[in-house]
Amino acid sequence: MQMALDIASWALILGGIAFCLIGGYGLLKLKDMYARLHAASLIDTLGVGLVFVGLMLQAGWTLVTVKLFLILIFIFFTSPTATHALAKSALNHDVLPDVDTEEERDMVRAGRTPGSGGEL
Amino acid sequence: MMFSVAAAGVIVTMVLAIVRAFYGPTVYDRILAVNVFGTLSVMIIAIYGFVDDRPEFLDLAIVYALINFIGTIAVAKYVTFNDMGHGDDGDPAGDI
Repeated sequence: MQMALDIASWALILGGIAFCLIGGYGLLKLKDMYARLHAASLIDTLGVGLVFVGLMLQAGWTLVTVKLFLILIFIFFTSPTATHALAKSALNHDVLPDVDTEEERDMVRAGRTPGSGGEL
Repeated sequence: MMFSVAAAGVIVTMVLAIVRAFYGPTVYDRILAVNVFGTLSVMIIAIYGFVDDRPEFLDLAIVYALINFIGTIAVAKYVTFNDMGHGDDGDPAGDI
């Protein structure tokens, strides 16, 4: 039983670390800010999620598991909120996505959130 | 062994996030990198609690998660409006 739990923990933690490293690599490699948001959300969801579930398996049915679960739920809800706020304020601050054609650039400009663009 | 490997991977990712925070062309890239760094700090505090067999470190991880979120939202609002107390100007979607 302990052996099976250890193997499952190893698998989950190595998977989570792999997602963290891929996210960190994407954070350096991707070419504009909105693409980098995707790399960052990879770390915030699957990276943290898999590693914490692996730690929960090691902790067993104790208060430690409850605390890990609380942190996991909190990050699960706040990380998309922070990403959304960052993307919206960047779009209102004239950071445009790196698109290929002039036509797409016009579509990006036309689709901008109205109301808070003029006060920067 | 398991926890040391996890800590090593998290530290490598933290270095990558720091590099992006240095080179990020816009201020939003830097905020994003610092947000990721904060999430990774939560992870490494939790993992260190397991390495050292001291589960009290998880309470610190909870506090770091709370402060990380509030800090990201506050900095994003400050660089957008130059003002922490700015209203939403009647926009039903909120201020930022």
